[in-house]
Amino acid sequence: MDGSFDDALTGEQKIRNFNLNFGPQHPAAHGVLRLVLELDGEIVERCDPHIGLLHRGTEKLMESRTYLQNLPYFDRLDYVAPMNQEHAWCLAIEKLTGVAVPRRASLIRVLFCEIGRVLNHLLNVTTQAMDVGALTPPLWGFEEREKLMVFYERASGARLHAAYFRPGGVHQDLTPKLLEDIDQWAVEFPRVLDDIDGLLTENRIFKQRNADIGVVTEEDILNWGFSGVMVRGSGLAWDLRRSQPYECYDEFDFRIPVGKNGDCYDRYLCRMQEMRESTSIIRQAVAKLRVEKGDVLARGKITPPPRGEMKTSMEALIHHFKLYTEGFHVPAGEVYAAVEAPKGEFGVYLVADGTNRPYRCKIRAPGFLHLQAMDYICKGHQLADVSAIIGTMDVVFGEIDR
Amino acid sequence: MAEADLSIASDRRARSREALAELAAHIGVRRPGAVARSEIAHGELTLHVPLTGLVQLVEFLKTDQGCRFSSLVDITAIDHPDRAARFDLVYHLLSMYQNHRIRLKVAVQDSDMVPSVTGVHASANWFEREVFDMFGILFSGHPDLRRILTDYGFRGHPLRKDFPTTGYTEVRYDEARKRVVYEPVKLVQEYRQFDFMSPWEGAPHILPGDDKAK
Repeated sequence: MDGSFDDALTGEQKIRNFNLNFGPQHPAAHGVLRLVLELDGEIVERCDPHIGLLHRGTEKLMESRTYLQNLPYFDRLDYVAPMNQEHAWCLAIEKLTGVAVPRRASLIRVLFCEIGRVLNHLLNVTTQAMDVGALTPPLWGFEEREKLMVFYERASGARLHAAYFRPGGVHQDLTPKLLEDIDQWAVEFPRVLDDIDGLLTENRIFKQRNADIGVVTEEDILNWGFSGVMVRGSGLAWDLRRSQPYECYDEFDFRIPVGKNGDCYDRYLCRMQEMRESTSIIRQAVAKLRVEKGDVLARGKITPPPRGEMKTSMEALIHHFKLYTEGFHVPAGEVYAAVEAPKGEFGVYLVADGTNRPYRCKIRAPGFLHLQAMDYICKGHQLADVSAIIGTMDVVFGEIDR
Repeated sequence: MAEADLSIASDRRARSREALAELAAHIGVRRPGAVARSEIAHGELTLHVPLTGLVQLVEFLKTDQGCRFSSLVDITAIDHPDRAARFDLVYHLLSMYQNHRIRLKVAVQDSDMVPSVTGVHASANWFEREVFDMFGILFSGHPDLRRILTDYGFRGHPLRKDFPTTGYTEVRYDEARKRVVYEPVKLVQEYRQFDFMSPWEGAPHILPGDDKAK
């Protein structure tokens, strides 16, 4: 019973704000998020996210494993787009060791990073639509995600936790058949996007639930350290692929979609357009890969010898054995490598001390900062908008809790 | 083709190095004494900053037109148990307008209170909570310094080097008591920590027979 009821005739009933536990087991919480909401009627007065329910101590574990053994941990951070995280780790190691990645490997990385972007946006756009009441988009979106995961599987052997990007390149070359199938998929995919577009973009309910909800201004972006679509939805054309190009993104032709109002609806539109741009990058990468032949690993100290050589040369065999038991040593130093992951700037701050294990590795997840602003953005919104805002912030607890 | 690529890359590196050196000089001129030492490595600028002037410097970096480090990217710490100033606090800043990054490093002793930068960057809030949670560094002026990633009622600071990877407690569901219970960690086998440093690269221990070689 809220408040005390002193006098039934004259005294006014005092109403205390209602505290509500949202999650950790709530389908709209996108994982294990516990929100403590203070509600005044249906209006959110305060919102306190409790995170860490998926904390596995990745950073601590990494300190006692070799550089190569640490790579699969990155798949398990943002498990919606695994390879984009591996990419940051590989870039950090390559920066410290000064290894140049072969061009074919570089193109394959771009190809799979963009597949990761489509994977992520498909999940995000469609489940966010489910949070605000649409059921069909996730069914259609997951069908496409399934096809992309098969590409993951055909490249690396694993549908999700690929461990495909390696320091110095990628693990295995792609078969010509796989390239053609990816290209074929990229030709057909825009039609699926058109279908989802037709379901959502002009949908009255979808618009009512998303337009003018969770508006983010330029000042908020700077204050709260946003990145990725949270920035582009508000009209700032900030994309690390363009502004601080890594890998070979500078030779690809793509546009950076930006929103106007910075609300949930604009962020949805940005994600839809980004998927189209990614599809175009995928097609460009496939076209380049058709002509670009060559090795996919920079052969040297940090990569294994080719299989055939290992079977004939004693030195190669020793190298292979040492690499997979002791691991390679990274020269002492510190480096920060960031990639434009689908969710925003994903960074790895790596401190090496010259041994075969990182001395300290800090994983900078974009979702961590986005979720931090929950209280600020949700204040004054209706309870139902909370799930729309969580959805559009694109939080995945693998990377937030680490 | 490859040679041309390499020369372009080295050209770009040289130019970015120049720009970073200029930036460091600019900060040194405008804020004399605020920076103890600056270095450029791997195309990244690192400033070593004394603890006292930290907040003022971060604020200056945010407002100065030549810097405009508008976003806080990351705050973290590194534990060096053998040093007198045990922790290195590391701040990463990014300017979306000038398109450059900077790293600030502050040496912190176990007993030091670090002034919070939440007044300058609101986003520092959770980062500082995380550093407090993981390393036990205290921040003064922080609005809400609670643990963030670890369990409710957790004890210890996991990312300190003297904290065991296995932790001290483990949890399981107790069928009799119908709830989750906390127990001290029981390891079935000894936790394995291998020494991979090869004896040719300066292992700290002396191998049997080494002493006779001299």
